[in-house]
Amino acid sequence: MLADSVERRAAPGLGGTAAKAAVVSAARLKGLAVPLGLVAVWEIVARTGLVPAYLLPGPSEVFTEMALLVEGGELWEHIAVTVWRVAIGFAVGAAAATVLGALTGSSRLLRELLDPTFQALKAVPSLAWVPLFILWFGIFETSKVMLIAVGVFFPIYLNLVTGILGTDRKLVEVARICGLSRFDLVRRILVPATLPSYLTGLRSGLALGWMFVIAAELMGASQGLGFLMIDGQMTGRPAVIIGSLILFALAGKGSDALIEAFARRALAWQDGFGETQEARNA
Amino acid sequence: MLEIANVGKVFGEPGSLAGASLAHRALDGVNLSVGEHEIVSLVGTSGCGKSTLLRIVSGLDLPSSGRVTVDGHPVDGPTSEVGMVFQEPRLMPWLTVRENVRLALLDLPPAEQDARIAEAIEDVGLTAFIDAFPRQLSGGMAQRTAIARALVRRPSILLLDEPFSALDSFTRQKLQQHLLALWERARFTLVFVTHDVLEAVTLSDRVMVMRGQPGRNQREIRVDIPRPRARTSPEVRALEDEIVAALDLS
Repeated sequence: MLADSVERRAAPGLGGTAAKAAVVSAARLKGLAVPLGLVAVWEIVARTGLVPAYLLPGPSEVFTEMALLVEGGELWEHIAVTVWRVAIGFAVGAAAATVLGALTGSSRLLRELLDPTFQALKAVPSLAWVPLFILWFGIFETSKVMLIAVGVFFPIYLNLVTGILGTDRKLVEVARICGLSRFDLVRRILVPATLPSYLTGLRSGLALGWMFVIAAELMGASQGLGFLMIDGQMTGRPAVIIGSLILFALAGKGSDALIEAFARRALAWQDGFGETQEARNA
Repeated sequence: MLEIANVGKVFGEPGSLAGASLAHRALDGVNLSVGEHEIVSLVGTSGCGKSTLLRIVSGLDLPSSGRVTVDGHPVDGPTSEVGMVFQEPRLMPWLTVRENVRLALLDLPPAEQDARIAEAIEDVGLTAFIDAFPRQLSGGMAQRTAIARALVRRPSILLLDEPFSALDSFTRQKLQQHLLALWERARFTLVFVTHDVLEAVTLSDRVMVMRGQPGRNQREIRVDIPRPRARTSPEVRALEDEIVAALDLS
């Protein structure tokens, strides 16, 4: 009844998905332009001998060197070991941060009890844990995974708590008026309200995970991309160092893209600035 | 059916962290009795505690003194008997119109939820937008969604806290008419807070004028003009002047 045409807007969900995809892929291409240009300049610099090859081998030489490692089968092993360490460390750190963040975020008592301690621990530079972890967990996998987990923990914990505490009181009042159970309040209001900040935490946590896996592998490992870099340094193969560097970049970017893709789906409801920009370009 | 008896509210009461020195008396000895299917509006100077009173009736806040009863039962928290529409739509941005309305029905069986949602959304004229997200709605449509969410539970009392104040005047008048049409069909009691004296006169059976800090009843004015009431009619204008005089807005 009384449906009016005055306020009617374009019906939602219609139109422009293909156009939007085209815009997105065009944006991706633009993102590739600068790296490709740099590679070209790099190759020229290396070929003309402006910088000696023992300091900066050209991209083609890096590629050849890495191809050799692929043929020997070792490169895959190094990549797998590093990815595995990051994955386990990230899983442990993220799980701990999620549980503890949810607890301190939702209970004032636990927050007053635990949060100051976490804030103080955060002030310890994560690499400072290394001697202690090696003493406690030995020099093998456990100490590496623990170091990564500690690095991953703090950004996720802090973002989650901030997100929970920042949930709009007005929306929680709606939940009270509607008589939502505690479970529904968490599932339908608190979790979605917290998700943007939590996902930001996951992304920065993952970035730190990659940072700490290098630290752990540089300090002592017999496998992994960090070890490969050290090995390249010891054996005077700058191409291997640069190749590992590029692989780290790809792995970091790739794993970040996974979270970003999930975030894009999960946060499609957001009315953000980036989206309005895309719409304008379309 | 709704009785507000001698209700007072003090914020920052002794024992709370704010301390007694910061205690702020928002309401003092407010009385109001609202009958079934009546429309009562609360108008008053800003800071007189109108919204606080509405929040107490909704069960979101508790009175510091006095009591509020609905059908003889004291209000000690939100119930499905009392629906509330806030000044802002307060929709969950991550839920569609349909799922926002569903929030009020979660304890019912799913089949009944779906039937009631479809009906409530049709009542506010948003069927075409049932799967839209809040960011896709205009201000008026968002507020109609909020009204659907409050009415879908079929409350016996609907409370509205300046529900149309953020809308342009054309949309506001449309929504006022729409609300009246819904009220004529479903027999709920309507209590609303407004700044807009003309809105109070065109909609209400009675206008309660509140004043002061802490807020008290100042006057109650009965509106005996048959509906529909033209905003420009002399009787409406005369009552508007009377209420403005009671508010002592100089």
